[in-house]
Amino acid sequence: MALLEVENLQVHFRTPVGVNRAVDGVSFHVNEGETLAIVGESGCGKSVTSMSLLRLIPEPPGKIAGAIRFGGKDLLALSEKEMRAIRGNDISMIFQEPMTSLNPVLTVGRQIGETLRLHQGLDAKAAEDKAVEMLTLVGIPAPARRVREYPHQLSGGMRQRVMIAIALACNPKLLIADEPTTALDVTIQAQILDLMRDLKQRVGAAIVLITHDLGVVAEVAERVMVMYAGRKVEEAPVRELFANPRHPYTQGLLGAVPKLGSSLTQESSRLAEIPGQVPSLTRPIVGCVFAGRCAIATDICRAYAPALEPKGPRHAAACHYALKEAAAA
Amino acid sequence: MTRPLLEVNDLKKHYRIAGGLFGGKPSYVYAVDGVSFEVARGETLSLVGESGCGKSTVGRAVLRLFDITSGQVVLDGQRMDDASKDALHAFRRRVQVVFQDPFSSLNPRMKVRDILAEPIRNFGLAASAADLEERVGRLMDLVGLPREAVRRFPHQFSGGQRQRICIARALAAEPELIVCDEAVSALDVSVKAQIVNLLQDIQRELGLALLFISHDLAIVEHMTHRVAVMYLGKLVEVAPKRALFARPRHPYTKALLSAVPLPDPGAARNRIILTGDVPSPVNPPKGCRFHTRCPYAFDRCRSEEPELRVAPGEHWSACHLHDLPDAQNPLLAPLAS
Repeated sequence: MALLEVENLQVHFRTPVGVNRAVDGVSFHVNEGETLAIVGESGCGKSVTSMSLLRLIPEPPGKIAGAIRFGGKDLLALSEKEMRAIRGNDISMIFQEPMTSLNPVLTVGRQIGETLRLHQGLDAKAAEDKAVEMLTLVGIPAPARRVREYPHQLSGGMRQRVMIAIALACNPKLLIADEPTTALDVTIQAQILDLMRDLKQRVGAAIVLITHDLGVVAEVAERVMVMYAGRKVEEAPVRELFANPRHPYTQGLLGAVPKLGSSLTQESSRLAEIPGQVPSLTRPIVGCVFAGRCAIATDICRAYAPALEPKGPRHAAACHYALKEAAAA
Repeated sequence: MTRPLLEVNDLKKHYRIAGGLFGGKPSYVYAVDGVSFEVARGETLSLVGESGCGKSTVGRAVLRLFDITSGQVVLDGQRMDDASKDALHAFRRRVQVVFQDPFSSLNPRMKVRDILAEPIRNFGLAASAADLEERVGRLMDLVGLPREAVRRFPHQFSGGQRQRICIARALAAEPELIVCDEAVSALDVSVKAQIVNLLQDIQRELGLALLFISHDLAIVEHMTHRVAVMYLGKLVEVAPKRALFARPRHPYTKALLSAVPLPDPGAARNRIILTGDVPSPVNPPKGCRFHTRCPYAFDRCRSEEPELRVAPGEHWSACHLHDLPDAQNPLLAPLAS
């Protein structure tokens, strides 16, 4: 059985201009110890999906439907109290902004210790010792001194390390990382990605990585799910996805990213564009969500939404025309 | 020899952060501390580096959005850093800007037509009212927006479309140089590609020079002619694109390139992971500013600041390693994977 199973997840928000279908019928699973990346552009529903896993969506205006089963338990059926016992304990989360997601008036030691005291009942002394241990684990120099410092005394990269320490303090089975390196500089991003890879091997937690950066996906993910306008359009193991993207959106996304070193092997060319804009989610979309921007769309695409169909081993795409074998033109 | 369009000579911008009025020892942020470069007509020079390296400050100094501490900004042979008000007015027409955030850089209460007409009127470029409307229409064509959209307000457009309006506004003054300060960084992947292509098309069509400030090395490589790498307020390397990406001559450039995640799973790479963080520009390290993080630093780096020196192919770099015999220079070792 998979560690996490999400079935037909729907997250809708009531807004003055109509119901926003931020996530509209998404199913996926995460196995134990696996890294699943959820990729897509702003507004595709990837962050809303991740937040709904921990039920962090305010209801109302939000509304979550479907099923989220973690270790066999349906998280949507739990009481708020039961949910609190899971957050930060079995499932924990790293957010994008290490500047705003730490409490500025508490020492980092207190913040790491908080989860330990709450979930594992440690006393203040034991919690601080464990906090020092966690800071050592995430590679912060002079941890015994740093544990008594406040977030503003740390650099952006160090704050993100503290976030990771908090998230891992209770040995979670699942770690949700929402754009964990987006706010960081490349050299610091390299440090943090390296740390995440290393810790994953040592701690063994499964990771759901939310990102828009295909480079980050290629470096850390094992399996990738591509989202567009609130729906899942493609899913495949990472190498397969980059080698044989089947959905025209995934193909467009991969073509739109220039590769470092490209000027050495080829004459400068134009980047592949995906024309047009992401559709508004406040109006119901008839047919394929990508039809309006797709080069190969036909009347069928505009009338009927394609189902997610297998296109190869562990590879699925939601497209009427994605070919079963070789990549579509 | 033709004169470069823009010359920046030993530009410095220091901000005072403490002391002064009531005594106390003043301390400064050395945001830009002696930067020199040139941009030729029709050329793209990219300024890259991490946050806080001073690249945006250089861009703003070139635009003369503030007074600089010392140095020169020369446009077409004319010094602009101490120009009179009239000279500055003419300068503003020739050098325009596109900022990062298309949401905050357009006046929400002005219609697109008025946003585009303002620079045309300000610089007296239109011969008549009909000419003005025609120019606004042509700008919309140029950036790929429908002409009838001029009656709308900025909030009625998406991020990518707004960035097109910002580009049209910059073009309205018929500039020779556009400073693009992270102009595509806030955009989504697919929209980013549209705007990058648009900038390249417009540059080719109008012969514009671009000073492209960015932290995204893959985009830079895609669209630039030359690259200047900054670290803590100084240039560490300036080179034509291919030379820089194939054979970086500064350890910082090398580490920066190796840190970029590649959209290619399973690619074997020889990654240099820099330890530590960028030091504070209030108190930059003595000697080479990079020595605190450089994997190859030796004694001389800690005491003596290296100067930018040129290697064949207009490849400038500031690193003491190049004074060593080639066999001992770790930078020249082939990139093994």
